[in-house]
Amino acid sequence: MSATWIAVLVTAVCCYGLKLAGLTVPPRWLAHPRAQRFAVLVPVALLAALIAVQAVGRGESLAADPARLAGLGAAAAALLLRAPFLVVILAAAGTAAALRALGVA
Amino acid sequence: MLSLVAYTGASQFALAAAVAGGGNLIAGTASAVLLGSRNGLYGLRLAGLLGFRGPFRLLAALGITDESTAVALAQPAGGQTGRAAVRAGFLATFGSLYLTWNAGTLAGALGAGKLGSPGTFGLDVVGPAAFLALLWPRLRDGRTERTVALAGALIALAATPFCPPGLPIVLAAAAALGAALLPSAGTLPPAAQAALSPAGEAAPCGRADPAGTTGAAGDRPGR
Repeated sequence: MSATWIAVLVTAVCCYGLKLAGLTVPPRWLAHPRAQRFAVLVPVALLAALIAVQAVGRGESLAADPARLAGLGAAAAALLLRAPFLVVILAAAGTAAALRALGVA
Repeated sequence: MLSLVAYTGASQFALAAAVAGGGNLIAGTASAVLLGSRNGLYGLRLAGLLGFRGPFRLLAALGITDESTAVALAQPAGGQTGRAAVRAGFLATFGSLYLTWNAGTLAGALGAGKLGSPGTFGLDVVGPAAFLALLWPRLRDGRTERTVALAGALIALAATPFCPPGLPIVLAAAAALGAALLPSAGTLPPAAQAALSPAGEAAPCGRADPAGTTGAAGDRPGR
């Protein structure tokens, strides 16, 4: 078996094991209020980080892409208007694609 | 293989990038597993809400992703109907996403690489826009959530130039840790918020995780 396949297998098993471990720890570990606050806040921090990195990140560098930022702005505007999920996504992708097609950004 | 068992996008991309770039396989594996660690945190949060037992739990564990967690947590909790809604949201997201994800992987493996740039269709915005839509209701919850979101984003951006892709996301969890360890359950003072992001910025990536978390937590008054 090649080293690549070993890396693939290790990653696959570990990633699954972490998921299972999270589901199986005793509920009383969660009883602590700080642990609960942490568990509630973690997705907020991670989602915000994902948005930021995907919006202006390119690999290991930061690069502002005007069309992408405009698309994200369109998504925010749609959310402010309480648009449904699919509309938000279409507004974002459509704005970015349109700006690129027009050669504006 | 990764899509079937690991089933967590960021980790798969991290390892694939290491393999494609001829990079260090051990580092690639480590960052991929580190990225997968957030699914363990999601599991902590979901375990009580889903209440699965036995073989169901083994299957449900596979289904834990950013998306299924976010959809499940977005359901109104509480009571029997709450649990049913959480389960339905989780399973529906898991099922549909697992099928399309692996179908997409198969299509990619079979050589559908001639689609052209995804940017043409604005597909690169779909990811962040979807995350923004998932985050939005949480931002309405209160000032702590907004501060944590801002701090998380800043930490991730500050760490991006120094870290392999994916690691900045994990570091951003320090923002949640810092806020959770605050003695008062109230709002985060601006000084604490300022203390959060330099902790992420200053740390070189090799030891950034412990330094980031302990630094962010240790600066708190009254601990």
